[in-house]
Amino acid sequence: MSAPLLGGALDDASVVVCCGSGGVGKTTTAAVLGLEAARAGRRAVVVTIDPARRLADALGLPGGLADTPTRVELPDVSGELWAMMLDTSAMFESVVRANAGSDEQADRIVENRFYQNIAGTLSGTQEYMASEALHQLHDDPRFDLVVVDTPPSRNALDFLEAPGVLARFLEHRAFRLLMLPARGGLRVLNTAAQPILRAIGKVVGSDVLADAVAFFQAFSGMEVGFRERAEDVMAVLHSPDTRFVLVASPRRDTVTEAVWFADQLVEQGLEVAAAVVNRAHPRFGTGDAAQAADEASRCAADGQAAVAALWANVAELRLVAEREHAELGPLVERLGDAPLLEVPLLDGDVHDLASLAEIGSHLTGPG
Amino acid sequence: MLVVELDGKPTLAELVTGDGRAGDERGSDDAPAIEVVAISAPDALDEYLREHGFGRIAKRLSATGVIDVVGTAAPGIDDIVVLGKIKQLERSGDWDLIVVDGPAAGHAITFLTSASGMLDAIRGGPVRAQATDVLELLRDAERCQVVLVTIPETTPVNEAIETAFALEDQVGVQLGPVIVNGVDLGVEPPDPDDHEVLAALAAGVGPHDVGSHDVGVLLAAARFRRSRRSMERSEIERLAAELPLAQVHLPALGVAGLSAIDIDELASRLVDGADPT
Repeated sequence: MSAPLLGGALDDASVVVCCGSGGVGKTTTAAVLGLEAARAGRRAVVVTIDPARRLADALGLPGGLADTPTRVELPDVSGELWAMMLDTSAMFESVVRANAGSDEQADRIVENRFYQNIAGTLSGTQEYMASEALHQLHDDPRFDLVVVDTPPSRNALDFLEAPGVLARFLEHRAFRLLMLPARGGLRVLNTAAQPILRAIGKVVGSDVLADAVAFFQAFSGMEVGFRERAEDVMAVLHSPDTRFVLVASPRRDTVTEAVWFADQLVEQGLEVAAAVVNRAHPRFGTGDAAQAADEASRCAADGQAAVAALWANVAELRLVAEREHAELGPLVERLGDAPLLEVPLLDGDVHDLASLAEIGSHLTGPG
Repeated sequence: MLVVELDGKPTLAELVTGDGRAGDERGSDDAPAIEVVAISAPDALDEYLREHGFGRIAKRLSATGVIDVVGTAAPGIDDIVVLGKIKQLERSGDWDLIVVDGPAAGHAITFLTSASGMLDAIRGGPVRAQATDVLELLRDAERCQVVLVTIPETTPVNEAIETAFALEDQVGVQLGPVIVNGVDLGVEPPDPDDHEVLAALAAGVGPHDVGSHDVGVLLAAARFRRSRRSMERSEIERLAAELPLAQVHLPALGVAGLSAIDIDELASRLVDGADPT
């Protein structure tokens, strides 16, 4: 508890955003950061996106993660850990209801098939809803730390610009053409638009198009509310209390992605607070691979086959660890003063709080 | 031979033709034996609209964002135009084999079921015709197979099993062998709990041999490796028990980033594994 989490990079944070490409253990890292924060006395909530079943099991939530925060039982821990899974469509509906002028308007939107497609498939919707969840939980007095696991993405902007995704969609010229087919002032645009609309109708079916028009009409009047909300969420993302943690694995491709991600954050005037590198091969002993290989051949020459085999194993594991370490160079350089913490590959699976705590032990201490 | 890349990452082209080795190793002056092409959904949709009577106004469609609206109005249309493009490449007869680097687990199911979904949603028109052709390709085992790729760990194995059943039920596509990547196919280190091993170590402890600190390192490393290998074995057995498909195991290479040389090695392993003669 005394050792600082991520070398102190999360001190005074109220929001932690975990970002990185897919398959690097981002969800697990988010859960571990929440757990360690709770052990340090914080009231932390972790929002995960599509978590693997075993994470819920590891947290002792056999019913799986719910779409509202659920308290995780942590014996002998002074803080609190809550966890939830993001339900994109439920979250989207709550945002629509909060902005709608009336229940009737909200119902009309939510029942529309075009809306349902947007909620399910519009690119960036998941990121958008993750940022909404972040904002709602940030305002929730039950928590003093929100840890968000972002959808896997190559592009930092997918998340940073997510709050504005719907506002921008609503401002599309195409959208306006659909919404204002009968108004006089835009007659010139309309004459141009109509053949396009007819042609689209032929491709995707006229009923699909009718749904789209109905959606745009149902939404009218809500654009301003959505834009203001987007600005609020952006403000939280850019607040100094919000920290970005890059998650990577010690492989060339994910390191390259992490460096690129860091560059994009900097372009947005943000910085990386820390990086976590998961699944690094552990280091066995202090020597290098070549020394272990020498020992192996020496023992083999002495006829000590079993000991030679043990050294050969150490040599192989050290070689992988050395190669992995070499790949981290560009990331270390990019991070500057921000700490980089390595979490070793475990000898089994993450299956309970103890294994999460074991990972946590690698994220605390001096960076 | 054509490789189709869908997510726009440049890595694939580097791996199959990289390091300037393509010319040396893959048939000197001839055209490269492997071509790589990237297909993106927006480009494929744009092309599709051009070919279906939008002609001159296609540019304005992109500029005004109509394409985004179409993609949202009919979800799955992105996937259908991409699959349609692949079908077109197949029909051209220019390649003996087309390998598509498909989307990751979750999206693989929606990607490959988009054709049957479209047939349910749209009653007529060119998109329906496209979906019919795509489904015909997917269901013809002579023309198309899906090769699932996983690693020997719990979650990826679960995803492979779920994907296999979903594709069989919802698409009816022929599944090829499952590729298990990153398997530790190296030598199993001796058992640190074996008396003979411990005795051999004890015999070696001395001023010029194995120090007592080293004994701890040797045993910990052996335990770690054996534990990982045993976890891999049980995941591979579970995969075999739940999916009655042939498996090909590819070795974990001791590198932190693949190069074209590694791809050559893996490719020859793949051929050996698929045809054990």
